[in-house]
Amino acid sequence: MTQAQVPLDDAALVADHDHAQVHKAWKWYHYFGYNIDHKVIGIQYLVTAFVFYLIGGLMAVGMRMELATPDPDFVDPSLYNALLTNHGTIMIFLWIVPAAIGGFGNYLVPLMIGARDMAFPNLNAIAFWLNPPAGLLLLGSFFFGGAQAGWTSYPPLSEITAPVAQSMWIMAIVLVGTSSIMGAVNFIVTIIMMRVPSLTWDKLPLFCWAILATSALALVSTPVLAAGLILLLFDINFGTSFFKPDAGGNIIIYQHLFWFYSHPAVYLMILPIFGIMSEIIPVYARKPIFGYKAIAYSSLAICLVGLFVWVHHMFTSGTPPWMRLFFTISTLIVAVPTGVKIFSWVATLWGGKIRFTTAMLFAVGLLGMFVLGGLSGITLGAAPFDIHVHDTYYIVAHFHYVLFGGSVFGLYAAIYHWFPKMTGRMMNERLGQVHFLMTFIGANLTFLPMHSLGTHGMPRRVAMYDPQFTALNQLCTFGAFMLAASLIPFIINAVWSWTRGPKASDNPWNALTLEWTTASPPIIENWEVLPVVTHGPYEYGMTEEALAVE
Amino acid sequence: MKQIPASLLTLTAGILITLVSLWVGQHHGLLPEQASEAAVLVDQLFNVMVMIATALFLVVIGAILLFCFRYRRAPGDEDDGIPIEGNLPLEAFWTAIPAILIIGLGVYSVQVFQEMGGFDPGSIHVGHSMIGGAVSHAMPSHEMHAVPQGSVAMMAQAPDDGAIATDATADLLADLPEGTEPPATPVPRYGFGANAAEEGHTPDLVVNVTGMQYAWLFNYPNSGIMTGELHIPVGKDIQLNISAQDVIHSFWVPQFRLKQDALPGQSSGLRFVATKVGTYPVVCAELCGSYHGGMRTQVVVHTPEEFDEWLQQNAVAQQQNPSQTVAVNPAELSDRDYLSPYAQEMGVSDQVLSQVLAQVRSRS
Repeated sequence: MTQAQVPLDDAALVADHDHAQVHKAWKWYHYFGYNIDHKVIGIQYLVTAFVFYLIGGLMAVGMRMELATPDPDFVDPSLYNALLTNHGTIMIFLWIVPAAIGGFGNYLVPLMIGARDMAFPNLNAIAFWLNPPAGLLLLGSFFFGGAQAGWTSYPPLSEITAPVAQSMWIMAIVLVGTSSIMGAVNFIVTIIMMRVPSLTWDKLPLFCWAILATSALALVSTPVLAAGLILLLFDINFGTSFFKPDAGGNIIIYQHLFWFYSHPAVYLMILPIFGIMSEIIPVYARKPIFGYKAIAYSSLAICLVGLFVWVHHMFTSGTPPWMRLFFTISTLIVAVPTGVKIFSWVATLWGGKIRFTTAMLFAVGLLGMFVLGGLSGITLGAAPFDIHVHDTYYIVAHFHYVLFGGSVFGLYAAIYHWFPKMTGRMMNERLGQVHFLMTFIGANLTFLPMHSLGTHGMPRRVAMYDPQFTALNQLCTFGAFMLAASLIPFIINAVWSWTRGPKASDNPWNALTLEWTTASPPIIENWEVLPVVTHGPYEYGMTEEALAVE
Repeated sequence: MKQIPASLLTLTAGILITLVSLWVGQHHGLLPEQASEAAVLVDQLFNVMVMIATALFLVVIGAILLFCFRYRRAPGDEDDGIPIEGNLPLEAFWTAIPAILIIGLGVYSVQVFQEMGGFDPGSIHVGHSMIGGAVSHAMPSHEMHAVPQGSVAMMAQAPDDGAIATDATADLLADLPEGTEPPATPVPRYGFGANAAEEGHTPDLVVNVTGMQYAWLFNYPNSGIMTGELHIPVGKDIQLNISAQDVIHSFWVPQFRLKQDALPGQSSGLRFVATKVGTYPVVCAELCGSYHGGMRTQVVVHTPEEFDEWLQQNAVAQQQNPSQTVAVNPAELSDRDYLSPYAQEMGVSDQVLSQVLAQVRSRS
């Protein structure tokens, strides 16, 4: 075990924890109000984000139903644009980022570093409570026509279409951006200052490294987005002309401000997932993570290089030639640290004793999806080819492989892995396998044909398309229905297991990181006595003697 | 003993993967037909990338599947795996190989970009288009030399607001007497310039392209023709000067592999040579409003003779009776029904809409 505690027999442990839970556990209603416990906030983030995932998913199903036929016959084209705008916005800003960073980051970071809470518990709670109003603003915008300019909201379109809805959209993003900045400050201070003294940097779990890199990135890039959006808000409502070409403004500046945040946002969505992968794979492969330092440093490298690739979203826009080349090279370079991570995970599987729990299935599924998404990403880095497929379904295919096949698979893996710790109950493995199979097949059916649609000439963000694309679009729509249906076994599983599932032990997966040394669910303030770290978080298969020598 | 079959297997797998990747690189079927010189270059780059990607995909996915099968836990086995924490040579190897591939691809991309003419979008001589002597409007000499290559000073003088296209429309609709100056051509700051073969030459044909919700307008400054679809001769060096009237649009011809945003307030350009006679779609790729998906037209690539014929017919027809084109072809009234409600919402006047629709319908 990771901590140097006096080993107790099982009966003693159970008795001890029952005693603890009587006095040191939250009641259910504490989860519905203002609470400064990082674990409560983590679960609040996760559940809220999941609700938005369902809403965003419904929007996607609506869009795919529209696209089942070439004509705009299911929803009005303006409504279609509002759906696609809010689908993208909700999935990014109210599902993946809050779930991965807010949810798992808040829940796990203090537990993994042996802290009793985050550094600034009140800031943490305030950061969470900025999210529900942001979501309500987005959903409420539908009563004013819905923001229709895409999640990028490029002016001048965003300045002339549905101004009230667009303003609500901007305010929602500024709210979640503020939340993200507050969270980032909190994580950085917590990870640097609050580790138990025995937890040195080289023993820090990789998830914490990932969250550290993510937070640094969020702290640098988010204010730039906020600035750009507030200028846009002024343009729409107060007669300024920052981005109005007919009054001396420049529309390209907005794109630079937007993508300076929004490309790194991709890493905000995937870096925590990389961290989750690095936690899950060693546990189920029963092996130390391969290349701990390489994975930790590659997170930092991605964070740094990730700040210098934003212009590849603007190759067909107002981009001078030297920029197209500089950003071609910098974009391609991001593939190297990302590749290092993937190879390291694959090498971790080698020589292991792999247990295919649902969490591991999702982790391995993620590897497969992400390899394809990463490879299509390389093709997009090369400016001459990117110009052909920019703003087409090839892009849609690429980022859904990365963000659905990557981030969402990673979130599912994390839910199955940490569910026993969070709820004290086990999830049903059989339902989990059904969920995984439906998700994996559904995702590939939905997103694989989109590559071909894009290269052959179907632009993205259209409610109508040429008849020759009908067959592939119907395949995508079928896949989307399957994805929607895949949520049924998951929700049944989660709700049933949370209330009636078999009780989980403190460490059901026999893992070595610190969060598994406390009760399931953890008591308030996490530990009776703070743990002492005696060896690294991934030393599976090392004999007691080897550990003692070290 | 065990070493030999293992390395033989690796060798066989390596050869198989190489062969499969080479084949997939040529037969992936992901690209539509090639109809421009740029398309050939882009497709070669893409094929190389697909080849490399296929090899990497097979190796990585193969390894994942192999390891998942080979190292799955036997029932009842509660042991841990082999405690390997890292391997410096191996890690250096898989950092170096992708890095080399990436640098190679980067250099290749830059080369393709250069050959496509990506380095000098602004270096064109304005106007001066002579297709087989069919066009009679000569530019005044001071305008021909007005734009030195890459001159920053001249860029600053280039018209920089959305008024260009409106002027062009007005000019078209007015009777153009013989010898009238065609509207000034904006100097493109973004996009593709002349490719290697055409560098230093003036383009054979200049067309001003204007994007507006939800149509493309093509204005031939040297013959005063205004159309709703693009007609160009095959094998000639074409310069498109692209601008937008209202919001950002994006001019894309998938078969040409070329795309450039039409930006309100900024000029951009595409210079290319179409290599295949035919009709190809012109797609708006940038979200531009409700009917973005309906913003479609086509580019017709003619033989030079056909193009001259088309040019003459249209020049005569449009100059003699420009106002008549506004009212023709009621058969396509659905276009108006399609656009009217949105045009009203957008504050586009009925008159402007009529003009747009007329141009769309004037397709021969």
